[in-house]
Amino acid sequence: MTGHDHDHHHHHDHDHSELSETELRVRALETILTEKGYVDPLALGLLIETYETKVGPRNGARVVARAWTDPAYRARLLKDATPAIAELGYAGRQGEHIVALENTPALHNMVVCTLCSCYPWPVLGLPPVWYKSAPYRSKAVKDPRGVLKDFGFELPAETNIRVWDSTAEIRYLVLPMRPAGTDGWSEQRLEALVTRDSMIGTGLPKQPHEVA
Amino acid sequence: MFREPWEAQAFAMALALHARGLFTWNEWAAALADEIKRAQAAGDADTGETYYRHWLATLERLIAAKGVTTSETLNRYRDAWDHAADRTPHGSPIELKAEDFAVP
Repeated sequence: MTGHDHDHHHHHDHDHSELSETELRVRALETILTEKGYVDPLALGLLIETYETKVGPRNGARVVARAWTDPAYRARLLKDATPAIAELGYAGRQGEHIVALENTPALHNMVVCTLCSCYPWPVLGLPPVWYKSAPYRSKAVKDPRGVLKDFGFELPAETNIRVWDSTAEIRYLVLPMRPAGTDGWSEQRLEALVTRDSMIGTGLPKQPHEVA
Repeated sequence: MFREPWEAQAFAMALALHARGLFTWNEWAAALADEIKRAQAAGDADTGETYYRHWLATLERLIAAKGVTTSETLNRYRDAWDHAADRTPHGSPIELKAEDFAVP
């Protein structure tokens, strides 16, 4: 025993550390899993670092820009996206089966996960807060045009919208249409036009005048 | 992307357990969807802000279901960490010691 004062919870001095209820639970979990050999704290740290620094929507932007400039790559991507994406070095968790959805003047694709938040991590990183929110998850299916309006744009009435519900097994990457006025642009320059939301289908790529 | 370090820790633990084969992504997604439904029913606005709380609850529930640990053990470790935080001067790293378990 430590001879610890059992009334310590009633002190309001701040000379000791505080962990929130959630932090306490996370630490408890990690300690137990480490002790049992299920996780290695160092490996967890590396994993987090990877997701924070290396995995994100810039990966997807490279895929899209490549598809915009290389017709053979585009064909491979639309036929079987997972190996085409792996060609650029992006593979791994939650990307085992990715399907690329081609936007055309007649069809706009939009991706949601109605049940939770399935998302193609290797190309888009982790999902934004709104993607995980109940309003988006329910409204995307019921009123996709309304969702697009919430995101600040409208599609021509003749463009159909198709909503794809992700699952634990299939993840989707939207291939947006290449903006007009970008003839002759390099792949690298095009990448800057590709936004995260344009690859979820809740946005459009930037226009040439929006990037310097 | 992660608003607080604990979110990243919870995220990484689920990935590590999946890599160890403790559950499939199908199982994970179903359990997480279930947890979110439960939270919604309990009044959570489910705006995405609380997402990693659902993630953590799913993790706790799944590992108990898989027999890795029990909720009693989780609580015991939670209390021990609470005790460790209390005896650690502000600003110092908090470390769990055997003595932290001795306090009821």
